[in-house]
Amino acid sequence: MIKLENVSKKFGTGTFGLSEVSLDVDRGEFVFLVGPTGAGKTTIFRLIIREMLPSQGEVLVNDIDIVKLPKNKLAQLRKKIGVVFQDLKLLFDSTVFENILLPLDVAGIKRTEATARVNEILTQVGLLEHKEKFPLQLSGGELQRVAIARALALAPEIILADEPTGNLDTDTAWEIVKLLEEINKKGTTVIMATHNDEIVKNLGKRVVRIEKGKIVKDEKAKNHQSHENQEKKEEEKKEHEERKEQEEKKE
Amino acid sequence: MKFLKTAARNIRRSPYQATAAILIMTLTFLAVSFFAFLVVGSSDIINYFESKPQVTAFFKDSATQSQINALQNQLSSTGKVASIKFVSKQEALKIYQEQNKNDPLLLDLVTADVLPASFEISAVKLDDLGPISDMLQKSPIVSNVIYQKDVVSALDTWTSAIRKIGIGLIALLSLVSIFIMATIIGMKISQKKEDIEIMRLVGATAWYVRLPFIAEGVFYGITGAVIGWALATGTLLWLTPFLASFLKGIPVLPAPPLGLLSLLGLEIVFAVILGIISSFIAVLRYLK
Repeated sequence: MIKLENVSKKFGTGTFGLSEVSLDVDRGEFVFLVGPTGAGKTTIFRLIIREMLPSQGEVLVNDIDIVKLPKNKLAQLRKKIGVVFQDLKLLFDSTVFENILLPLDVAGIKRTEATARVNEILTQVGLLEHKEKFPLQLSGGELQRVAIARALALAPEIILADEPTGNLDTDTAWEIVKLLEEINKKGTTVIMATHNDEIVKNLGKRVVRIEKGKIVKDEKAKNHQSHENQEKKEEEKKEHEERKEQEEKKE
Repeated sequence: MKFLKTAARNIRRSPYQATAAILIMTLTFLAVSFFAFLVVGSSDIINYFESKPQVTAFFKDSATQSQINALQNQLSSTGKVASIKFVSKQEALKIYQEQNKNDPLLLDLVTADVLPASFEISAVKLDDLGPISDMLQKSPIVSNVIYQKDVVSALDTWTSAIRKIGIGLIALLSLVSIFIMATIIGMKISQKKEDIEIMRLVGATAWYVRLPFIAEGVFYGITGAVIGWALATGTLLWLTPFLASFLKGIPVLPAPPLGLLSLLGLEIVFAVILGIISSFIAVLRYLK
């Protein structure tokens, strides 16, 4: 679903943000990107949404090389990817409702339909009662939820969450991670950049470690199942059970 | 029509900038309206003079009817005269009374004896005006010849000067308003840079971001045009009684309502063009 092939990103200062990085993420996977500050986690996200172009290599999303994507198709790409930015990037002069409405409005969805969708997402993230509040009236955890809700608005195939638990206490951080896990269970590919080792260890998902712009470790999930694999296994299990039932009947 | 709502919100949230943009547009369209009045008015005055007799010859009181008839025959026989109209002393008084019917003091002072009889002559070609006028001046029964070609050509010179100054001033003011509006809209774009970045990151197309700013430019243009036109038209209507007495006998005023409305329509079209140009400059400059 997402493929980075031999990607390097050299900044104007001459330093490398990323150096010959290759990464493959399957549909429905949940991947943690870990590493110290400045390792290149955010750079990977910015390359995936083409907020910046790589100095070298290919970035493929759904088998489309987004480096070669014409500018007028950029909006289309970004509608498929929901991003929870590290600095949230919320509109502080707009309400929670208006913030989540923005991507739907940008996509040209009718107001009544969009309103229903916003209410649905607000219920999902547990913020329905706060919908008329402004971001300044919310707590850190609630703000993260608003950012996640906005990322979810267009039911994207991919969610990129950049340090969504950064400034949160342990309980709130777990709530956010559980929310992302739920979203992933519904079939959305989730890539989450984090520093929080406790969460990474306890969740048992795939962990990609980046240091100084290079991938130094790629540990597959302990219960590694991409969404497709999961479906396949469930089908096999069903078939097995049916066969067993038939055999029992024969006996 | 979401972009219109966004544009309206942007205008509401920065009233001082909006006022500055509207004021500069108002100034431009005030000048456009005044020069339009001047150009149309002076053209009407020229047309009026062109349609009037081009040579008027006033007779001495001693001139007899037979002398006058002889002169008329002499003029007609040249083939250069399109029409000759004899205006007697009585007819001259009637014309005078009609022109000054609202001023009894002037009416009391003048009698038919004071006014001279005259010929009102139109030439076939403008070039013939010279020889006709010469012939009249040589006649012993003619006291004075008014040769209106001079009036028409003087007016023509004035009108073309007014037109040139007007076009120059309007071009300059349009340029100034384009740059001021582009700066104001550019400031607004800069203020909303973060919001615009967020919009782009959630998938907004370039036009989704641009349209509200272009609508804003068009709004300033139209509002300025309507206010500028209203001020100029109001001033013209207020001055009409004074100007009408000044232009006695020349049917220029009052200005026809349809003409005024057509001017408003043209100004709105021009305002939309100015608004689009200035907001486009801002958008291209600040929204790369």
